[in-house]
Amino acid sequence: MKIHEYQAKELFRKYGIPVPQGGVAFSAGDAEKKAQDLGQFPVVVKAQIHAGGRGKGGGVKLAQSIAEVKQLAGDIIGMNLVTHQTGPEGRMVRKVLVEQGLDIARELYLSIIPDRATAKVVIMASEAGGMDIEKVAAATPEKIIKVYIDPLMGIQPYHCRQAAFGLNMTPPVMKAFVPMLGKLYRLFMDYDCSLVEINPLVITAEETVIALDAKIDFDDNALYRHKDILEYRDLDEEDPLEVEASKFHLNYIKLDGNVGNMVNGAGLAMATMDIIKLAGAEPANFLDVGGGASAEMVENGFRIMLGDENVKGILINIFGGILRCDVLANGVVSAAKKTGIDVPVVVRMEGTNVKEGRRILAESGLNLITAADMKDAAEKVARFVKG
Amino acid sequence: MSIFVDRNTRLLVQGITGKEGQFHARQCIEYGTKVVAGVTPGKGGQKMDAVPVFNTVKEAVARTGANCSMVFVPPAFAADAIMEASDAGVDLIVAITEGIPVMDMVKVKNYLKGSPSRLIGPNCPGIITPGECKIGIMPGPIHKPGGPIGVVSRSGTLTYEVVHQLTLKGIGQTTCIGIGGDPVNGTHFIDCLAAFEKDADTRGIVMVGEIGGTAEESASEFIIAHVTKPVVGFIAGLTAPPGRRMGHAGAIISGSSGTAQGKIEAMKSAGIHICENLGTFGELCAQVFG
Repeated sequence: MKIHEYQAKELFRKYGIPVPQGGVAFSAGDAEKKAQDLGQFPVVVKAQIHAGGRGKGGGVKLAQSIAEVKQLAGDIIGMNLVTHQTGPEGRMVRKVLVEQGLDIARELYLSIIPDRATAKVVIMASEAGGMDIEKVAAATPEKIIKVYIDPLMGIQPYHCRQAAFGLNMTPPVMKAFVPMLGKLYRLFMDYDCSLVEINPLVITAEETVIALDAKIDFDDNALYRHKDILEYRDLDEEDPLEVEASKFHLNYIKLDGNVGNMVNGAGLAMATMDIIKLAGAEPANFLDVGGGASAEMVENGFRIMLGDENVKGILINIFGGILRCDVLANGVVSAAKKTGIDVPVVVRMEGTNVKEGRRILAESGLNLITAADMKDAAEKVARFVKG
Repeated sequence: MSIFVDRNTRLLVQGITGKEGQFHARQCIEYGTKVVAGVTPGKGGQKMDAVPVFNTVKEAVARTGANCSMVFVPPAFAADAIMEASDAGVDLIVAITEGIPVMDMVKVKNYLKGSPSRLIGPNCPGIITPGECKIGIMPGPIHKPGGPIGVVSRSGTLTYEVVHQLTLKGIGQTTCIGIGGDPVNGTHFIDCLAAFEKDADTRGIVMVGEIGGTAEESASEFIIAHVTKPVVGFIAGLTAPPGRRMGHAGAIISGSSGTAQGKIEAMKSAGIHICENLGTFGELCAQVFG
């Protein structure tokens, strides 16, 4: 789960990690008040959306007066912000963070992530702060310092010193940085984060260390033990169909194509999307109904796929293991009868109780197209959507 | 021959009295697996069908000689269950549970270092040596006993698809292993490739990967150095958008890492026969292994 910068900074404050003074504003008037509270200039007005690259897209501006804060906040709130992470359709901005501007001496990069290959927690730091860290990693990997931490041992002062010396910090800066990094690690562990990132981490002219930006992603699997974090979820930042799907524990991701597809299992779902593309069409979604799907889940999956108006044809690909083919077939028939499907539906079923499943579909009186195998299914549905 | 499990494997099921655990324990028994014990804390002394249930893994092992555990414990308690099995000296732990927090698995992984226990999974369909022993949730009848192909995969139903196509072509399997779709898992491609390379009855290997992480790239390097048997590969997720978790916690393209294209290139350069169209997987295998 992703959260906003201002929410991440709230958590930082709670852990004693220094952040600029400021607060979130939902309107221009609100922003004006926040700037008055700050009582100093410059002030930074930052669009709050769940995507990076906000500065380049025009979502981060510097103001020198109260009037300017009000005007900029008015401009940014309600704008459709396009960044390299939002895709061309952009994202509507509904709130801004109003913050004190800082006298910046250096910009660094700092993040903590779990490392899948070594099963350690890794601190990544770089003197190339404020830049796209992916590009830094690709072009100049030597500029990235990695410190690996055994989670059973936890972070030790020497880990922090390794990072600090690697970042060429002066003694007073290091004195502030070492405890800050310890707190950041604690936050990461306490909340089952999948990413904590500060880019840039700023060293001010007064040699203090401040998190100018803050990004935190959480492990969805662990949210059950962090109820307080669930309150940070912002449904405005999610696709409405994806929100709807999540209510029924369906793994749904909306894509740009016109072939809706419903599959059991994530790997097979991805492979189904791929084979649709190979057949010359484009998948409209990823939809994994999971191993233990019920007829009701299948029905809801159907409804959600059809909620995407781009969908011109549907491919259902089920390899029955735990999810039996007869259960799937009943779900499909019931969904088709309730929602009144007006696009061609190609069904490919294999596995447990496949004969019973095929019989249910055949006797349903519905115009369902059956396919012999995956290739046949993809080619059939592609032919339909291409007309 | 086979790898990791065979007709002598003595299985215990952690979470045997739960709905899923019970259902799949029965399916395994029906397939012919020797299910010798179940473990559910607080239900020791009961029976699930003819299978005795114990309070702790330690007790189950001591009383029944179980050497393998299948974990069906809910995600919040699964890490604990895996460590308990390892502590009790179980050789092979197969964790089916989906949705275990990543940091729990990071801890488990470090806990298992230096332990002789092997972990398969979590979030996996399990492992099967067709005709001998099924440990997991895969449908038994789609498999064909007798080899000569070993299958290793990060996915569940995608593995069934691949195995089914092999069987339809008359190609049997020695052992099929789902290593799971989580970012941090126990047994890697490399462990399975090494075991299949050593297994005399395995004459070819099928390797099914997906987007996310670098496991396929590492496996490709390993194949160049250590594997002489022919390998047929498939990677799911060519059309997956970056930054989105595609169902599996591990199936996510982050930045430029973990793309299907990158994996396919690495695998091709290791001499792996890549199947571009899953619909023709069986045919390609028939050509390569035939």
